[in-house]
Amino acid sequence: MSEVSATERDIAPPAPGYWAMAGRKLLRDRAAMISLAVLVIIALLCAAAPWYAAHIAHTNPFRSNLSGTVMRHGKPVEVLGAANNPLHLGIEPIGPSWRLGPYMLGADQQGRDVAARLLYGGGNSLIISFAAAAVCLVLAAITGILAGFFGGWVDRVISWLLDALWAFPVFLLAISLSVVLIAHGIDLGLFRLDASSLALPITIIGVIYVPYVARPVRGLVMGLRQSDYVLAAIGIGAPAWRILWFDILPNVISALVVFAPLIIALDLLTEAALSFLSIGVQPPAASWGTIIHDGESLIYTRPMVAIAPGLAIVITVLALNILGDGLRDALDPRAKLRN
Amino acid sequence: MKVVAAALLIVACLIAGKAEAKAADYGGTLRLITTAGSGSFDPQINYTERYWEIFQAMYDGLVTFAKTSGPGSLVIVPDLATEVPKPTDDGKTYVFHLRRGIKFSNGEPVTVQAVAHSIRRLFKVNNPNAGTWYDVIVGGRTCNAHPRHCTLPGVVIDAASNTVTIHLRHPDSEFLDQLAVPFGAILPADTPDHDMGTQPIPGTGSYMVKSYDPSGGIVMVRNPHFHQWSAQAQPKGYPNEIDYKFGLSAESQVTAVENNQYDWMFEDVPADRLNEIATKYTTQVHINPLNWFYYAPMNVNIAPFNNKDARLAVEYAVNRESMVKLFGGNALAKPDCQILPPEMPGYQPYCPYTEHPGPTWSAPNWTLARAYMKKSGMIGQHVTVITEVQSPFRQIGIYLQDVLNRLGFVADVKPLSSNIEFNYIQNTNNKVQISVTDWAQDYPAASDFLNVLFSCNSFRKGSDNSINISGFCEPAIDAEMAHAETLSLLHPNQANAIWSHVDHQITRRALVVSLFSVAKLDFTAATLKNFMFSGEYMFLPQLAVVK
Repeated sequence: MSEVSATERDIAPPAPGYWAMAGRKLLRDRAAMISLAVLVIIALLCAAAPWYAAHIAHTNPFRSNLSGTVMRHGKPVEVLGAANNPLHLGIEPIGPSWRLGPYMLGADQQGRDVAARLLYGGGNSLIISFAAAAVCLVLAAITGILAGFFGGWVDRVISWLLDALWAFPVFLLAISLSVVLIAHGIDLGLFRLDASSLALPITIIGVIYVPYVARPVRGLVMGLRQSDYVLAAIGIGAPAWRILWFDILPNVISALVVFAPLIIALDLLTEAALSFLSIGVQPPAASWGTIIHDGESLIYTRPMVAIAPGLAIVITVLALNILGDGLRDALDPRAKLRN
Repeated sequence: MKVVAAALLIVACLIAGKAEAKAADYGGTLRLITTAGSGSFDPQINYTERYWEIFQAMYDGLVTFAKTSGPGSLVIVPDLATEVPKPTDDGKTYVFHLRRGIKFSNGEPVTVQAVAHSIRRLFKVNNPNAGTWYDVIVGGRTCNAHPRHCTLPGVVIDAASNTVTIHLRHPDSEFLDQLAVPFGAILPADTPDHDMGTQPIPGTGSYMVKSYDPSGGIVMVRNPHFHQWSAQAQPKGYPNEIDYKFGLSAESQVTAVENNQYDWMFEDVPADRLNEIATKYTTQVHINPLNWFYYAPMNVNIAPFNNKDARLAVEYAVNRESMVKLFGGNALAKPDCQILPPEMPGYQPYCPYTEHPGPTWSAPNWTLARAYMKKSGMIGQHVTVITEVQSPFRQIGIYLQDVLNRLGFVADVKPLSSNIEFNYIQNTNNKVQISVTDWAQDYPAASDFLNVLFSCNSFRKGSDNSINISGFCEPAIDAEMAHAETLSLLHPNQANAIWSHVDHQITRRALVVSLFSVAKLDFTAATLKNFMFSGEYMFLPQLAVVK
């Protein structure tokens, strides 16, 4: 009874692979799945921004509308109207209608539709945070793998560079780079980035977080470098690129996937901070950070201008963190990267 | 008659002030708040309202504007000099008799040597107006050309009689005004001939700096060597200490003043808080007329605004009424097209850049704007608007960007910290195309707007102190302004007619987009009494009672 026949062996399903097992585990994680769904919904809503602006808000959210009017309760109302007080001081943007239509979340100081800008801004925030995370992970993988695998002077030089980058408080570094580059962009001959291009914050944010990922990757690779199969490959004279590509990289990817949502969340917050300080996304383009900045000067009269993007950031970052936890549990059951 | 009336006015103000002042009013700490510092703390360098408001309590010139409120605040009174001298030699010579017994806050006596050194120093430290104001002194032009070797033979001292004689190249009706502003502060004779930056220089005023942190704030205490020699010129202040903190946004400043955490805020109250303070804190709101305008200088030396048609396109397209909304509405601001503000001598209302050209602005003229834009051939040109990061500047910058984009430019906007923006936009090395800034009078004279902002002498390539931000230079207009200045001493009406003509000529050249002229709103805490607003220095902190 203990022996398995040849026929039975042939028809037995193949053991699920590492990624398939991780996928199944992730699918069973309800919190992670809800978070993923929330992220997908946010991304879809942001992608629908042009449609919303054209067909629901009937506005161009990048144009000032200081002298415009809008219909409210069948009457034309000024988008920026004079306040009613004894000294005749002050102008107030129109408040939220709370109905699907023009100025659902009210107007900002330029008379622009906040809801439409929220969707456009979300698109830019997500693009920047995802792209910056991609830049960060690729650079971190390259530097971490090279330092961990080759060791010696390669490791010393890379570690020194990472330490130098790490020595700066991350926000201070991001702000400094942004302030310096925001006026004229980057111009290194072949590599040029316009000051108003989204690629500028993507590059800055992507680079500053490299040490945070590269260091764990380096440690992981140093461990893998001593594993039997890598030593065997070296022993039989396999070229370094082959070992890196086929033996090291597949083992590093799972760590990078676990890092991805966490880095995206960090990038989102950093982008919001830079834009809030006017050194991220440049007007008239919007991001959630710039809308919060616009709302800062309306916080007492039209708080929704700042609250709406703030809520969007909170929900997105929370969803990314929960998804990150789920991915970590699925891909790294021994939780090497838990700390 | 005017002088007599003004003197009576000052006396009346002072009597009224004295009647209110009691011994119990002296003391306490006045708490002021602003967003950030304003660069150098050198009174002969700094050209900002933020610091002039406190410099006037720390420094004295030979003459000054009376430290009082109302129209009397624009009258010049003797300060370190015993009297305001009458010019002799056809208006070209002034003899100042120096008061005796006055000391700087470091204990050094005020001497004629210190006066001569201070006037020479204006050229050596590259004072922003050395080229426009003070070069009228004999030797001033040489000093401007070679500041390091400035000897200024036009300033003659006589230690025995304690007099300083200043010889001018030609009569200048504004010379005393120019000596009365903080640039004319008399500093110790050993003050170094370079920008002192963050190191406060001793002065003779009723207050001195106890500590100055460019990012934290200023603490001012009573000057131990001060004794009141003239209540008009330098009154003994009421508070024992004045704490000027940096670091709160304008929004937070309003809240802090509402809660009596600070007594006064420097920044303009943000537009969204105006209704709140006008409703709940009506008695703490002070609105005073002021010669002050907001404008957008266009650099006439680089593309695209080296093309007059491009500038005209912007002039016609800008909706000034919308700009007024960004500042808080019609109670605080009025649309504007020209340079001179309404209360200024020589002002004749004029607005060519509107739907119906005439004395006032009515509406943007997009038909003409688009026609000029097409004619300019600048469609698709990249333009960057430089502005301050704070409201209303940032909002104005964003609105201008929108207008430029609608015209066919490819515009972006760069908001910079208020700490650096004003100097940044002046320096030609930064290649600023268009910016947003404001200008308030240094003293009530047309030249303070026209000569200072548009003369060839105010334009200095590569300098942070090039207040002619447009970079405009037309010798014929300079000559006309010089003629007006010469006439204004003896023939003020003729001079005003010329100033009016110059104002309209400069407006027609479309060098800046005049946006709106404004009144000054101050918001004070309920704990602050005796708010005094000078037409020259604005809020007079030393006269506020906080006990």
